[in-house]
Amino acid sequence: MKAKYTLVTILVLLLTTTIAQAQTEMADTMRSNGKIYVVVAVLATIFAGIFAYLIYLDRKLTKAEKS
Amino acid sequence: MRSWWWKIFGGLLVGYTIIGGLLMPVPRLDILNETIRNLYFHVPMWFTMIILFAGAFIYSIKYLNSGNLKDDIFAVQLTNTGIFFSILGMLTGMEWAQYTWGEAWSNDPKQLGTALCMLIYFAYAILRNGIKDDEKKAKISAVYNIFAFAMMIPLIFILPRMVDSLHPGNGGNPAFKQYDLDRNMRMVFYPAVIGWILVGCWIASLKTRVGLIKYNKEEKSLQSDFEK
Repeated sequence: MKAKYTLVTILVLLLTTTIAQAQTEMADTMRSNGKIYVVVAVLATIFAGIFAYLIYLDRKLTKAEKS
Repeated sequence: MRSWWWKIFGGLLVGYTIIGGLLMPVPRLDILNETIRNLYFHVPMWFTMIILFAGAFIYSIKYLNSGNLKDDIFAVQLTNTGIFFSILGMLTGMEWAQYTWGEAWSNDPKQLGTALCMLIYFAYAILRNGIKDDEKKAKISAVYNIFAFAMMIPLIFILPRMVDSLHPGNGGNPAFKQYDLDRNMRMVFYPAVIGWILVGCWIASLKTRVGLIKYNKEEKSLQSDFEK
């Protein structure tokens, strides 16, 4: 039983390494499709900033209302 | 933050539309090309403006009924936020038109109608600044606000539809239906509208609360003066 498992794991390991060598895996998402993902990331960052700022203002106002 | 869930919900929806709106598939149409994605961002500005102006309209009527200056603060800040969104809508529309209709301003009936509507609301802001007495200011601007909202309906919804316009859904142009049939676009467009309306209401609520704090402070100082 044990020998079988070790054999399978070795095979799986070998397979994964060969696949990895076949197509060198890089962080390609942000560089593909004319780099549109970068623009999406920038817009998302800006909106996240505005969103955080609104939350900040809201909390500040709640404090001002209480005092 | 009081009752915060709808604010977070609105923010998440807009966040989703920024990512989904740019990455999800859209129909391939001539001239429009990828600018069809502007539908997710340009149109919600107008929806938000209309909702905010409608809120201001309701609070103006409320003020005339109650004479409570707090209702006037609601009406003013809703209108101001609405004007802000109308400016954003107009600018984004002109940017879009520059590259699809060929020029930023083509005297399209809907452009003209909206410009008139914006001028009416600009006049509201100026009118308010011109009156010193608070009660008088509130009363006159409430009446004017009701008139402005009543003018907005024909200027935006009725008149542009009676003549030929470059906007979809007017005159002989294909309507929204064409895009609406596209499931993928609907999946982003509706969340975008709801999200931006919520964010717009949130901004308006922040401004209103600032106004209310100021009002309460003045009220307090007046009272203490009176007690002296």
